[in-house]
Amino acid sequence: MVADELHRLTMTEAGRLLRERKVSSLELTEAALDRIATLDPQVHAFITVTADQALEQARGADEMLARGAGTPLTGIPAAIKDVISTQGVRTTCGSKILEPFVPVYDAHVITLLKEAGFVMLGKTNMDEFAMGSSGENSAYGPTHNPWALNRVPGGSSSGSAAAVASGMAYFALGSDTGGSIRQPAALSGVVGLKPTYGRVSRFGLVAFASSLDQIGPLTRSARDAALVFEAISGHDQRDSTSAEVEVPSIADTLDGDLRGMRIGVPREYFAEGVDSQVAEAVELAIGQMGALGAQIDRDVSLPSTDLGVSVYYIIAPSEASSNLARYDGVKYGYSYQDGASMWENMEKTREFGFGEEVKRRIMLGTYALSAGYYDAYYKKAQQVRTLIRREFDEAFQSHDVLVVPVSPTPAFKIGEKVNDPLAMYLNDVCTIPVNIAGLPGISVPCGFATADDGARLPIGVQVIAKPFDEASLFRVAHAYEQATPWHEEMAPV
Amino acid sequence: MSLTPDEVRHIARLARLGLTEEDVEKFQHQLSGILDYFQRLRDVDTEGVPPTAYPLPLHNVMRDDEEAPSAAQADTLKNAPLREGDYFRVRAVLEE
Repeated sequence: MVADELHRLTMTEAGRLLRERKVSSLELTEAALDRIATLDPQVHAFITVTADQALEQARGADEMLARGAGTPLTGIPAAIKDVISTQGVRTTCGSKILEPFVPVYDAHVITLLKEAGFVMLGKTNMDEFAMGSSGENSAYGPTHNPWALNRVPGGSSSGSAAAVASGMAYFALGSDTGGSIRQPAALSGVVGLKPTYGRVSRFGLVAFASSLDQIGPLTRSARDAALVFEAISGHDQRDSTSAEVEVPSIADTLDGDLRGMRIGVPREYFAEGVDSQVAEAVELAIGQMGALGAQIDRDVSLPSTDLGVSVYYIIAPSEASSNLARYDGVKYGYSYQDGASMWENMEKTREFGFGEEVKRRIMLGTYALSAGYYDAYYKKAQQVRTLIRREFDEAFQSHDVLVVPVSPTPAFKIGEKVNDPLAMYLNDVCTIPVNIAGLPGISVPCGFATADDGARLPIGVQVIAKPFDEASLFRVAHAYEQATPWHEEMAPV
Repeated sequence: MSLTPDEVRHIARLARLGLTEEDVEKFQHQLSGILDYFQRLRDVDTEGVPPTAYPLPLHNVMRDDEEAPSAAQADTLKNAPLREGDYFRVRAVLEE
């Protein structure tokens, strides 16, 4: 295998070569760091590259592999969203307020990945505090879509999606509060999984909206995503919302058969606002799943779908306004010192430390929780949340999975929506309901759209399952992949 | 739904968030527009529907109360913007 072809491998293929000793982790890691050095000035997927640590971890992984002690992740170079705590490695959350912050402990997922012998290449760019759908809200500058550099890669896990799409990393971790893994995966042409709420410990994940946040992988195949999912899932006492549910072995059971799988297609997800090329590609994907043996039921309705955006943009900012109260300039991070009083220092710390979208959501959440408005906004949103969950419960009585679009449009141009927050929020209409109901969802590449300027842009199809049934998601995603060529294409960078 | 500049300033104060006058004007319009969009929830019948705080059927998760090491003091202070000895240094909370 020549060094300049290594980036084309999937994680599964790279892992096999590592265990057969046909390539070393050091070779993979050096090739990945070279690719980052060459491409990242244009893509800007990384905020921090940890080259020295990566080479050291690669040497350690090669020793593990030489002993025959490797796991599927041993020696695999990967990228971590900068919202996940890494001991001794700066963790900014894409925010100026955490520019100097170096965590003193690892997130639970990092502990697990280190035990598995992974190699961390660095920390990826993101919308500040994971608030955004384009990657443009980073205090460190936007990430560019590897398929068309003048377009957004999606967000908020913008750097994680772009790093995997451009072959800089074999997998990446992201976080998904309203679509922040699945939407950038769709816009960047990679696989993105949001596991069931409670499946992956959030210990060490910097909190945005605690009733919605979940960590998950971005990869170049469904099988790769299953391998990372198995490695990071499971109960952790340090996260009180971590579920004591057994993690199934999925990757080795995947075949291409969908016979007996009952797929529902809720009509509300194909309503006005969904781009015709997106709707067409998703329809073709559903047809393909039918051809693989699945039963397709198009008579499915989730009538509260269009309320999801309102529910989400009340609940998430409310929780965020509380979670982000901790950034006061006293314990860590940026701290304004020149005010006339403690209160002025605190207000200026937050004024200069937070970007515009974060301020907007803190304002929105503070308003929704404030005296006199709580019942009309927050409580009402929580009640409608119950209605949305019940509709999913009912749909899953007679279907194993639901198949819908991920993003209503392909990647848009950088700068196109920055002045219209509501238009930006509506990007999340197809992904938000999954977080509201705590379900698992996966985005899988399903074709390309041609933009007005001729750009060829990836499209994703979303598969949704009932809580803790990620196995069905992977079964559908893998079978679909085996029958189609989309996931084999790499961004032309 | 239309917020006044004073309402915007009041919310910012509750959140201890400094805003410029330019921010106040911008947020007044943007937040009003977003709150208008939320009005669609008003028409939904939620009589007797219990609120969902989070999606798991888990309540009051307890662990055994056993001694275990917590973060070392030196680690805890590592990121302090200002410190004095083993303390975080802050401005006086109550001033003359």
